[in-house]
Amino acid sequence: MLPVGGYALAFYWAPEDADQGFSQKIFYLHVPIALTAYACFGWGAWKALRLLWTGDRRYDLESYTAVHMGVIFGLLTLVTGSIWAKISWGEWWTWGERQLVLFLILFLFYSSYFMLRYSTEAGPRRERNSAVYALFGVVLIPVSFLAVRIAGTILHPTVFTHEGANLPWQMLVCFLICLGGMLALAATLYRVELAGKRASVSLRELRELLA
Amino acid sequence: MSTYAGDVAALARKDLLLELRSRDTLPAMLLFVVSSLTIFHFALPSGSSERAETGLLWIAIVFTALLGLTRAFAAEREEGLLDGLVLAPCDRSAIWLGKTIGDAFFLVLAEIVALPAFALFFHPLSWELVAAVALADIGIAAIGTLLAAIAAASRARELLLPLLFLPLAIPVVIGGVGASIAANPGTFLAFLGLYDAVFAILSWASFEYVVTE
Amino acid sequence: MIRARKLSKRFGDKRVIEGLDLEVPRGGFVLVTGPNGSGKTTLLRLCAGLFAPTGGELEVDVPRGAIGFLAHEPLVYRELTPLENLDLYGRLYRLPERRERAGAMLERFGLWRVRNERVGTFSRGMLQRLALCRTFLHDPDLLLLDEPFDGLDLEGADLLQAELADRTGVTALVATHDPEALASRASARLAIA
Repeated sequence: MLPVGGYALAFYWAPEDADQGFSQKIFYLHVPIALTAYACFGWGAWKALRLLWTGDRRYDLESYTAVHMGVIFGLLTLVTGSIWAKISWGEWWTWGERQLVLFLILFLFYSSYFMLRYSTEAGPRRERNSAVYALFGVVLIPVSFLAVRIAGTILHPTVFTHEGANLPWQMLVCFLICLGGMLALAATLYRVELAGKRASVSLRELRELLA
Repeated sequence: MSTYAGDVAALARKDLLLELRSRDTLPAMLLFVVSSLTIFHFALPSGSSERAETGLLWIAIVFTALLGLTRAFAAEREEGLLDGLVLAPCDRSAIWLGKTIGDAFFLVLAEIVALPAFALFFHPLSWELVAAVALADIGIAAIGTLLAAIAAASRARELLLPLLFLPLAIPVVIGGVGASIAANPGTFLAFLGLYDAVFAILSWASFEYVVTE
Repeated sequence: MIRARKLSKRFGDKRVIEGLDLEVPRGGFVLVTGPNGSGKTTLLRLCAGLFAPTGGELEVDVPRGAIGFLAHEPLVYRELTPLENLDLYGRLYRLPERRERAGAMLERFGLWRVRNERVGTFSRGMLQRLALCRTFLHDPDLLLLDEPFDGLDLEGADLLQAELADRTGVTALVATHDPEALASRASARLAIA
């Protein structure tokens, strides 16, 4: 309850400070979502590493759920980013917006993660392969970031999008609360989904024991 | 140390011999790349820039590599031969390295035909482009070998390998095209080098986990 | 050398091995019998370390390099010659004088005259003989054999028996449809249902 409440609070506070119009409000939504997606992918990669390290198979579900969360937030990032682009420049998509391009690459990558899971039989093989691929993903994040950045100098004109670091402190605080709220939301969803997945696995195992 | 290198050499040599004897992958790659370049000529309206043509070359390289990679573990898959290698007391990462060297070698052979063909059909090449291609080959072979092993464990391996590979290939294309046409190719070449280093190390270290349980 | 307690292995929803107990002491020669699909192959692959059990305990006190595993598939490269195949495995198993040992092995299984022909041209029986060469090449301490007589003609079967006779004292776990052929060597039998 607390994280949901925290986030609702953040969202109500934001309009008070946002006197620069709707596009500014999207900022409070879009960037925390993006950062939360990164956090989810990072968390998924950490769990993947633990799986490979210790061989404890519980980590597979945790890694998978985290990546799933990351993809959901990644999709939301693309959607909110697209809305923001439409409002700011009148286009639903622009290759100059680095965050957007980066998330497209990551979205494609992690969608392939799901293809990997669906097309491999459940078992240690699938767990290990998924874990290794999740690690590749988290390494891909900074590599793609760099790639898109240098691509901007020559391939697509980069549109300067984000405000500088000198936000007035109210906006910064507000932003951080939104970020915290979003992370809390992600953590809650993660726990819920993980519990659900664990329950269905336990149910299946029970059914097999009784069979 | 020398046993590791010896293992890698023996495995790479094995792959080269297999290809030499069966002769199915390399001719296919060569034909594919030249056909692609021909199609590109017809796909580009007249007056297209050199930059567009260079971009298409990189597409041809990536997809030719994919063709070659799909065959990477074909022999082993079909007869469970990978088990034989995995059971041996050698380091499993040696299997990865041996196969990566083999893959890179075939890719280079395909490009020895592709690049002159490109120069013939379109426009002359710069040394930066050649350097970028060489660097890209290393990265592509490195991740490709690992991903081929991952895909081999799935039910839909021919479908899965391109899906796993293409998002990871995007930075390579960025680096390659950038190095070919930018005013500051050094940045892009350095980036390709970074990509190679990072993903080669990751692939080398994680191969063990992909082929064992 | 091998100790298994309540061993189980499941593939997805299919339970192949359930609650198996097994002990193979050093020098023991255990025959595993059972109908098709009973899990004999899975048991051998578990002992070889090709996959991990889903339940129970399994202990195999032998390093990888000292295990000789004969699978259903011959595990040889069709485009290479027997000598090249054995040379590769000899290299991977760190054998000194591997060329000589490969040659000797081929001779023992009657494959010397085809040593430079591509394996792709071989008959089933010759493939099995080559697979046996591969299995015994590095003088393993533990033999895991899955249907070793499969595909062998009478001469091949005799050569196999001779090879096993030369290696008295080796520990072995053998899955077979035909336990009588090895009955004289067997120290114990295990029947899987």
